[in-house]
Amino acid sequence: MSWFKKLIPSRIRTDSGQKKRGVPEGVWTQCPACQAVLYRAELQRNYEVCPKCEHHIRLSGRRRLGYFFDANTMEEIGAYIEPEDRLKFRDSKKYKDRLIAAQKKTGEKDALIAGRGLVLGVPVVAVAFDFNFIGGSMGAAVGEKFAVSVDAAIQNRLPFVCFSTSGGARMQEAVISLLQMAKTSAALAQLGQAGLPYICVLTDPTYGGVSASLAMLGDINIAEPRAMIGFTGPRVIEQTVRETLPEGFQTSEFLLEHGFVDMITDRRQLQTVVSRLLKKFTPTPVVKHHDEFAE
Amino acid sequence: MHLNYLDFEQPIAELQAKIDELRLVGKDSEINITDEISKLEGKIDDLTKSIFSKLSDWQVAQLARHPQRPHLLDYIPLLFTDFDELHGDRVFADDKAMVGGTARFNGEPVMIIGHQKGRDTKEKARRNFGMASPEGYRKAERLMLLAEKFKMPIFTFIDTPGAYPGIGAEERGQSEAIAKNLLIMSQLKTPIICTITGEGCSGGALGIGVGDRLLMLQYSTYSVISPEGCASILWKSAAKAPDAAAAMNMTAQHLLGLNIADEIIPEPLGGAHRHPQEIASRLKQVLTEQLAQLQTMSTDTLLQQRYKRLRSIGTAEQNA
Repeated sequence: MSWFKKLIPSRIRTDSGQKKRGVPEGVWTQCPACQAVLYRAELQRNYEVCPKCEHHIRLSGRRRLGYFFDANTMEEIGAYIEPEDRLKFRDSKKYKDRLIAAQKKTGEKDALIAGRGLVLGVPVVAVAFDFNFIGGSMGAAVGEKFAVSVDAAIQNRLPFVCFSTSGGARMQEAVISLLQMAKTSAALAQLGQAGLPYICVLTDPTYGGVSASLAMLGDINIAEPRAMIGFTGPRVIEQTVRETLPEGFQTSEFLLEHGFVDMITDRRQLQTVVSRLLKKFTPTPVVKHHDEFAE
Repeated sequence: MHLNYLDFEQPIAELQAKIDELRLVGKDSEINITDEISKLEGKIDDLTKSIFSKLSDWQVAQLARHPQRPHLLDYIPLLFTDFDELHGDRVFADDKAMVGGTARFNGEPVMIIGHQKGRDTKEKARRNFGMASPEGYRKAERLMLLAEKFKMPIFTFIDTPGAYPGIGAEERGQSEAIAKNLLIMSQLKTPIICTITGEGCSGGALGIGVGDRLLMLQYSTYSVISPEGCASILWKSAAKAPDAAAAMNMTAQHLLGLNIADEIIPEPLGGAHRHPQEIASRLKQVLTEQLAQLQTMSTDTLLQQRYKRLRSIGTAEQNA
């Protein structure tokens, strides 16, 4: 206990055991990268990019889409899709219980949120992974919602955008989860056949089965700054090759350097950049947003 | 060939050792021991049958990567004629963990693509233990497009512990190389038959595993990760691999039940490595039948069914 805290009479001391928190929950929050104390409302106005160090704080899937779509334009897609424990999988805990815990924690049914809406006036179908839900891992429910969203894009002749953040395949669904990679990729092939553009925005972190399928298949791949993106996690690689990994290995900047993403875009610019790109790639002329006429 | 026995085959190994010993003794003396030997051989047969009739999933996983299990280059001369190996991805290198080339199957030109593991230490290293790098998947992609162009059916053979987790593999886009194959294979305008001959783990297996049919040898496995990998992630200990193998439902029998595998090719008693010719001839028969079925379909029907099949996985339709 610090000398300062000792001065406070014990009956009004509020520390809760060992758990040390830099800042109280609520109005204030802390940047996980530079530890700066930030005013939450201001941070949210800044798309949850730390104003001090430009760190892009991880977003839940729903919040991600909330920032992406124009206010009150999102209609959810595939909200009925629920996960199922087909293999009756059990490790130290039952998969069924893990699902219930994750649903309780996030308020979502599974790790993908989908919807259609407008982005600076451009109609789009977009999906976003939720890393808080079992590491954003892809099981059958995620694969199905992704495919159903691609269907919606094809039926309505809309472009498709995905925000990826995932540890990869969902272990507890074993081969069924592996095959979601094939399923989502095949759905994207249909989108391509229909002549509709697909942009994938890779966010921190994107690994394994998600990176080796839908996330790397964008007609345009955009990465957020300093996101970690790769096939195998750095720890496993280090154990396999027994070498220290090069500086900046598997960061967005590394992927740009090696030619696997088209650009790195600051989160605050995403709506502008994505809508500008989509307007060029969408075959049918997009009705101009009235703001553009005003200029 | 001297057989290599797995842990759970030890009782069989002991009996075999006894027979070998008797044979040695028999050579030197005049005593007739043929009866004794044939009795023991009968006993070995019964014992093998009994052990192999109740294999655990973990034991199947060990058989799938038995050191003497036939690999792709062992199967090719038994299944095909006129094989010409084709090398390289035309971009960076030739990945020796992935073998590809054209051949004739029952006289008809076909494309063959598959993982190759090594047998001895030197060959294992050269083949990188069957773990392909991006250039392997890109070679596969090149050969698949070639097959489509010349209307050749494609046979892929899966046997890998996973795609290679190395620095160079990441730098050259392991994810992108696998992802691209998944997308391309879903639309290739030629029949694709995938066979899992040994272990099929992770995206490394799936990267050449999207097709119209999935066949599995009786003691092959297919899953999202190796049992050791799954155990170290979920149980925090690789020693729990037997539990992980069981939990993942990774054997051919389970996959048939899940409607993911279409057919199981029964292996000779004791596993494919005991009689490579026999397993190859059974496999050839199944491949012939399956290919004939696929070749009756128009390209449109073929592609529609392939897509339907991929879309059904993990939905209520798959359970039907």
